[in-house]
Amino acid sequence: MTDATLQTADAGRVDFRSPAAQAHLRKRYAVESRFKFYGVAAIAFAAFFIVFLVSDIVTKAIPAFTEHRLSITLTPTAERVAEGGRTDRQTLMAGDWNAVVRDGVGKYFPDVTNRAQRSKLYNELISIGGGDDIRNRVIADPSLLGKPVQAQVLLSDDSDLYFKGMMTERTEREGRGSIGVSGTSGDVSIATNVNDFAQDVARVRSDLQAAARRAQLEINRLKAALETVAPDRRAALQDQINRQIAVATDMDRRAKSVGGTELIGDSTSSVLVKMNGGVIKLTEIGNEKASGTVLIPLKDASEAKPGSWKIINLTTPEGSRKLSDQQIAWLDRMKEEGLVTQAFASRLFFSGDSREPELAGIIGGLTGTALTMLVTLVLCLPIGVLAAIYLEEFAPKNRLTDFIEININNLAAVPSIVFGLLGLAIFLNTFDMPRSSPLVGGLVLALLVLPTIIISSRAALKAVPPSIREAALGLGASKQQAVFQHVLPVAMPGVLTGTIIGMAHALGETAPLLMIGMVAFIIDVPRSVTESATVLPVQIFLWSDLPEPAFQAKTAAAIVILLLFLFVMNGAAIWLRRRFERRW
Amino acid sequence: MNVLSQTEFSGPTMGIGMADGESAVTARGVDVYYGDKHAIKNLSVDIPAKAVTAFIGPSGCGKSTFLRCVNRMNDTIPICRVTGDIKLDGRDIYDPTLDVVQLRAQVGMVFQKPNPFPKSIFDNVAYGPKIHGLTSNKTELAELVEKSLRRASLWEEVKDRLDASGTGLSGGQQQRLCIARAIAVSPDVILMDEPCSALDPIATAKIEELIDELRQNYTIIIVTHSMQQAARVSQKTAFFHLGTLVEEGPTKTIFTNPHDKRTQDYITGRFG
Ligand SMILES: Nc1ncnc2c1ncn2[C@@H]1O[C@H](COP(=O)(O)OP(=O)(O)OP(=O)(O)O)[C@@H](O)[C@H]1O
Ligand SMILES: [Mg+2]
Repeated sequence: MTDATLQTADAGRVDFRSPAAQAHLRKRYAVESRFKFYGVAAIAFAAFFIVFLVSDIVTKAIPAFTEHRLSITLTPTAERVAEGGRTDRQTLMAGDWNAVVRDGVGKYFPDVTNRAQRSKLYNELISIGGGDDIRNRVIADPSLLGKPVQAQVLLSDDSDLYFKGMMTERTEREGRGSIGVSGTSGDVSIATNVNDFAQDVARVRSDLQAAARRAQLEINRLKAALETVAPDRRAALQDQINRQIAVATDMDRRAKSVGGTELIGDSTSSVLVKMNGGVIKLTEIGNEKASGTVLIPLKDASEAKPGSWKIINLTTPEGSRKLSDQQIAWLDRMKEEGLVTQAFASRLFFSGDSREPELAGIIGGLTGTALTMLVTLVLCLPIGVLAAIYLEEFAPKNRLTDFIEININNLAAVPSIVFGLLGLAIFLNTFDMPRSSPLVGGLVLALLVLPTIIISSRAALKAVPPSIREAALGLGASKQQAVFQHVLPVAMPGVLTGTIIGMAHALGETAPLLMIGMVAFIIDVPRSVTESATVLPVQIFLWSDLPEPAFQAKTAAAIVILLLFLFVMNGAAIWLRRRFERRW
Repeated sequence: MNVLSQTEFSGPTMGIGMADGESAVTARGVDVYYGDKHAIKNLSVDIPAKAVTAFIGPSGCGKSTFLRCVNRMNDTIPICRVTGDIKLDGRDIYDPTLDVVQLRAQVGMVFQKPNPFPKSIFDNVAYGPKIHGLTSNKTELAELVEKSLRRASLWEEVKDRLDASGTGLSGGQQQRLCIARAIAVSPDVILMDEPCSALDPIATAKIEELIDELRQNYTIIIVTHSMQQAARVSQKTAFFHLGTLVEEGPTKTIFTNPHDKRTQDYITGRFG
């Protein structure tokens, strides 16, 4: 419909009461409300993704903010930690504090004597930083030597994961029958008077079924490979297939069997029985009877009444988790003894990087980021703003300045890794500046951010009404006075907006920093801009690549902290901008 | 079109002892080009000292352009080129050795749209004296600001809020603030480019009153589209048309007995 159709005979005038005009009006409103709807939909869509992203990261990060420790009484003896009876700081620092921890924890596990078992208990369940707390206490007060001290012993990342329920699903139920046992240690057999283990047998068989299916998939893959493999390796491959087939058929047969007993192995979930103060790991299981190995010795071999003993299921098969059934039994015992406490993981904020997830913290990356950002800001704000002022207010408008302007715009679009290469070539190779330092990182990021700041500052300067310039010039101000005393203050909010965007961009940069070596594993917190450092985004990148599952939560936590850093930085800039704006 | 006839007719000017030839600004053979555009063609005019001269003429005839030549504001337009001879108190203002900053301190300007700085009222007025170093201490500066605001008859309205923003004033107050700002540096000449075009009649009346007072001490050139305003405030009137000066003379003569047909047509509203 064109406007012409609305015109009545009285050319040029519209009768707004005519049906055609009404329809036209309705259409106009429809277009408008449709547009509004699209706008709201777009915002809702974006909001949904942001909420999804943030909640996903935050839920992943939450476990990293707490840690599990043993609250335990330790007795730091002089022979362990004070060599030659000296109690000066240096001697104490060098003491064998982990031995003190071993002595204390060992009281609860008197039967763990052989070397391999001790290593599994003390080295794998307790953090190598477990002695830090008692050490710090004794260094602060050497008179504690030889006395029992209540101390916190940090558990390892795997123990922590187990207590957070992230290692295996764990269910516990009471036995319904009374149960008899053949011994208190070593291999034992047990029997109940009701079918207490029926559901465990069923579960073992369904685990076998699933394993058989996985084996079949593997067989199919190998068979396909057989077609393409070189003739001389064909025989070996065929052998492998035959073995797999044997395994799969065996598992399939066992899964389908009815009654009798079933073996528990690496691909089936674990079943533990807790009775008479000890723990038995079942290796073969039937509906009413089972046999197994004692993990924690029983007090006696008497019959246990219904309800006084427990069946524990660990869903993840032993072969697919970091901690063995034995280690889990030990951890359960520590928990029963009331030693395990969960507390806020302050190390996350106040420690440097570490290979051990439970000891790793972000302070190194955070300090590196702060120093790098400082260098970037100090360099690119004045340079960017002065360049923008020169180009916008003073430079003659000619081909050369046009060329410069185009190239600044191009620079803003150059991939950041190119700036990293540039930094490597110029700052490291030519000027021999310290590698991996916030100084070089800040220089590189300043190069990266400069175009953004120049472009947005020029736009802000251009937007200042010319009347302000004229007023100043008309009063006899020099051009420089007019610009710095009148134009720049008015343009400042815009300049700051550009700076915020640029700095936020720089804050998240990783690629160029990798090129100048800020990717190294650095434990120490940098104290100056010339020391080796890493930055938060790189720290996140490094952690996300590590195999330990505990680092996944740490990665998410570091992302949350990076986002908070960003919010704080932006908040400060917005506050500054408001102050400039509110002034008049 | 000579200086003699002008002084004969400009009655009020005589009152303050304006002698023959006492011109503050003299222009001879001025041409102004914006790139290829010839905006002012061979213009010669004399502006009497301590009097109000009105420039009238249809839109686009070059009034503002000529006004901006007098304090060299045209320098800020890169494509603008000025030739000819403009003298302020006998000194060539396009002399390369002349300092533009000093010239502009001597020739103040009030723009068509009020353009106070986005700073406090006090700072607006104090800015000129500060950059030119006209006062030696704070009390002197405060006195100068008060004096300027009083002369612009704004003091009573703003004396309690000198720290408030200049942009927060009404349009008329802003324009008077701009006038106060211009006179704070004690210029010899004040250029006003349609100072009342954005104002209501009451504010306009106030500014006209002010102009009449300022005439005692300053040479004023005012561009206006209002014939009544020109007649009310000015002693001399110059009529521009298509970049040329058609007619100049005592305001009374121009409005009662113009020589040129175009002037007559314009002031009677037959074209514009
Ligand atoms: N910055 C400029 N660039 C190019 N041409 C200009 C510029 N300023 C003015 N002109 C031209 O010069 C001529 C005179 O303009 P000027 O502004 O002096 O007119 P005016 O008499 O003040 O008009 P008005 O009464 O509308 O303000 C006009 O034709 C205008 O187009
Ligand atoms: Mg004009």
